[in-house]
Amino acid sequence: MNFETIIGLEVHVELKTKSKVFSPSANVFGDEPNTNVNPIDLGYPGVLPLLNKEAVEYAMRAAMALNMDVATDTYFDRKHYFYPDNPKAYQISQDEDPIGRNGWIDIEVNGKTKRIGINRLHLEEDAGKLFHGEENSLIDYNRQGAPLIEIVSEADIRSPEEAYAYLDKLRKIIQFTGVSDVKMQEGSLRCDANISLRPYGQKEFGTKTELKNLNSFNFVRQGLEFEEKRQEEVLRLGGVIEQETRRFDEKTKETILMRKKGSSDDYRYLLEPDIMPLHIDEEWKERVRASLPELPDARLQRYIEQLGLDEYDATVLTGTKEMSDFFEETIALGADAKQATNWLMGDISGYMNKHDKELPDINITPESLAKMIQLIDEGTLSSKMAKKVVTELIEKGGDPEKIVKEKGLAQISDENQLRDIITEVLNENEQSIIDYKNGKGRALGFLVGQVMKKTKGQANPPMVNKILKEEMDKR
Amino acid sequence: MSQDLTIKEQLDQLKNKQVKASDLINESFKKIHENEKHIEAFITLNEEQAKLDAKKLDEQGFDEKYPLFGMPIGIKDNIVTKGLKTTAASQILANFDDPLYDATVVKKLKEAGAINVGKMNMDEFAMGSTTENSSFHVTKNPWNTDYVPGGSSGGSAAAVAAGMVPFALGTDTGGSVRQPAAFCGVVGMKPTYGRVSRFGLIAYASSLDQVGPLTRTVEDNARVLEVISGYDEMDLSSAPVDVPKFTDALTGDVAGLKIAVPKEYFQDGFDEDVKESVKHALKLLEDLGATWEEVSLPHLKYAASAYYIIAASEASSNLARFDGVRYGKRSENANNMLEMYTKSRSEGFGEEVKRRIILGTFAMSSDFYEDYYKKALQVRTLIKQDFENVLSEYDCIIGPTTPSTAYKFGEKSKDPLRMYASDLTTVPVNLAGLPAISVPAGFHNDNNMPIGMQIIGRPFDESTVYRVAHAYEQETGFYKEKPQIGGAKS
Repeated sequence: MNFETIIGLEVHVELKTKSKVFSPSANVFGDEPNTNVNPIDLGYPGVLPLLNKEAVEYAMRAAMALNMDVATDTYFDRKHYFYPDNPKAYQISQDEDPIGRNGWIDIEVNGKTKRIGINRLHLEEDAGKLFHGEENSLIDYNRQGAPLIEIVSEADIRSPEEAYAYLDKLRKIIQFTGVSDVKMQEGSLRCDANISLRPYGQKEFGTKTELKNLNSFNFVRQGLEFEEKRQEEVLRLGGVIEQETRRFDEKTKETILMRKKGSSDDYRYLLEPDIMPLHIDEEWKERVRASLPELPDARLQRYIEQLGLDEYDATVLTGTKEMSDFFEETIALGADAKQATNWLMGDISGYMNKHDKELPDINITPESLAKMIQLIDEGTLSSKMAKKVVTELIEKGGDPEKIVKEKGLAQISDENQLRDIITEVLNENEQSIIDYKNGKGRALGFLVGQVMKKTKGQANPPMVNKILKEEMDKR
Repeated sequence: MSQDLTIKEQLDQLKNKQVKASDLINESFKKIHENEKHIEAFITLNEEQAKLDAKKLDEQGFDEKYPLFGMPIGIKDNIVTKGLKTTAASQILANFDDPLYDATVVKKLKEAGAINVGKMNMDEFAMGSTTENSSFHVTKNPWNTDYVPGGSSGGSAAAVAAGMVPFALGTDTGGSVRQPAAFCGVVGMKPTYGRVSRFGLIAYASSLDQVGPLTRTVEDNARVLEVISGYDEMDLSSAPVDVPKFTDALTGDVAGLKIAVPKEYFQDGFDEDVKESVKHALKLLEDLGATWEEVSLPHLKYAASAYYIIAASEASSNLARFDGVRYGKRSENANNMLEMYTKSRSEGFGEEVKRRIILGTFAMSSDFYEDYYKKALQVRTLIKQDFENVLSEYDCIIGPTTPSTAYKFGEKSKDPLRMYASDLTTVPVNLAGLPAISVPAGFHNDNNMPIGMQIIGRPFDESTVYRVAHAYEQETGFYKEKPQIGGAKS
């Protein structure tokens, strides 16, 4: 019997609003513990939640970017559970009426495009962070109340590879909307995965397990791969899959039983009486829709159709918002799109990969890259010399014109100067002139090389070729 | 004696420099120290700070822009006060010395010049009708200390009746301002849901809770409500509507007003004397030019059941935060995290609070949600509609505040169901979110305890409620009667 894999992903994305979702405290990652808290965050007696409109709009923006219907009337609910990171012993979330419903994104796997449905997107608050020591545990409530959106896919994903592609695309889209940094290593993107198997042709889903502690896209894929195999083996031996939560072990790449799901998971949802039902009228929706930036798929199409880039280049450039925005700004300053592409995908990406850095970590700017390309176009800088300039720009930054001057990297395009140097070279290499005249092509290359050596590579190559030929013809 | 004067009359004396704020505060504390051993209305006294506040006001000099300049006030102990212990009468908050912030109503009172003299006793977390559920001590009814003061705002009502303070704040989730007001012979108002900010009110049942004033007269009550009302950006459930000058409604003119009298408020089993007093009041209002007709609120019989499910469900959610992690009691007998939760809560909460938490947790659990919580919400809608129907034709509704006068200690508290049933005149008003007042309507012929009459109005029409209450009060003058502390009425 062959089995079909069914996967659904639950993704939490932390919104980078200025303040928290239900209190005015600052929403900042990485501050001193318990500095961004007030009585509301701490669940003090008598406090009431506020509702941050910016967080609502960010959630709407994300929902729209994911092709979802945005609710006209949406409600908040209390989800109850006791834990020290949860000061009110309930999390304000949304149960039956989330902000977003019925969306989709297109993913590409093995050259084929597939549409993955998104069931819902809702707004909720994050919990605090616990630190467990030998003797005691400490709590940092800075993150308590940070706005989160939970995005729940339909069970449309059929392989760990598709799950990876879905996450990658989702991350990219959310990043382009500007509502979150979507960095898994900082926890601003988190993913839980549900996976089940069923015999091909069977309509009903099999029993699913939930995977947790998936702290990178690769771990999501590896966890699902392991779980897919594990479930298949159990089923092949005639066993049953039990509904349970399993933890991915990053060292062994295996999933380990955390807990069996039972009737104990009763969150006793209660309509939040402290937050009035939220009405989102058409005008508000339109205003948010108008603020949506161009999304990655639209950019990709434009790069191919209008800028004439090939699909591979366009895909890489739209891979992150940072890269794409850098590219956009560079060509907006007049740089040729193909040249900008080549530098970004060549030397700049190469450097970042080698040193494990990202665009904000290096010093080159769209301005300096555009300027450098301009110097190449004007003939002031050869492509070869430009490689030195770009490294300088990446490592230290600065003005390319100044670098060229200070390091003496300018191309020699002065005809008289070149002619003097060439005459010198020809005088030193009479045999080569004879060889050239006898039709030995290699002789020209040798002579060009000699000129370059004398000029430390700065001579303008086309001009060297031209003058060399002229001077030899004279002899 | 300032306890015989209205707020307005005292403000006039302050203006004319006949008295100073310090005199009012000193007199208030004199009364408190004389009577507190009999009444026990307070949990915490704020004497030192109150006297400093009064001195500061006196140095500043009287200023009419403070509508409650120098007025001593008692605050129910489920309303948080910055730097002053706030316990909600619970052991779980017995060490909660600083709530870090002032409730919006406290802030508004301070800004109006009122001086907080202390925190009033109550049923633990406002759950109860006698103040016997306080985890600290029992408050006695000033008219006869063998009798309960009512609850849950029993401390507030008793302190006003005993003349310790001219007014006090209570909170009303199912009658907790009106019922003790009736039992203690004072005026108690539960405003429209959303009229007064709940920010800083320790939540019992969020969709029902409202803060309201307890005073000796209707005029004082209107004056205090003017100060504490209004939209608050810290409370999303507070209503963005204008606050009228309630005192402007106190004209004595009720001619042409149409009053509805629900037959369900005069049913068998209600005390005959209480029913008679209200019927007498209706005759009196008729003499003043109002008309009344009998109506029916057919779903009222389900109100108490629906109320106890909704209130308990919300309470189980609201009280979940008392876990011993960040503030309040943490059990010393806990050996691990689970025990920190279970033991802190088991040791910290009283019996009635536990009963309601368990009831609410059950009603909200996924297996029973449809049968209980959801059904209770449907009943709530029907009750709301009953009131809307009546109030679309009538200006207000009148009935007894409570089915009986105050009872003796221990008489009903042993039987929770009987206790819950006695709330059926007050809880429907909270379910419908309407404003309602209890105003003194005479004394019982057998036990001499005060009787309260309830006037229920349209949403945000406290003005009409005050108008009727004031006209009736001025005609009868019951407010002039004072209890002899520790004995029978004078």
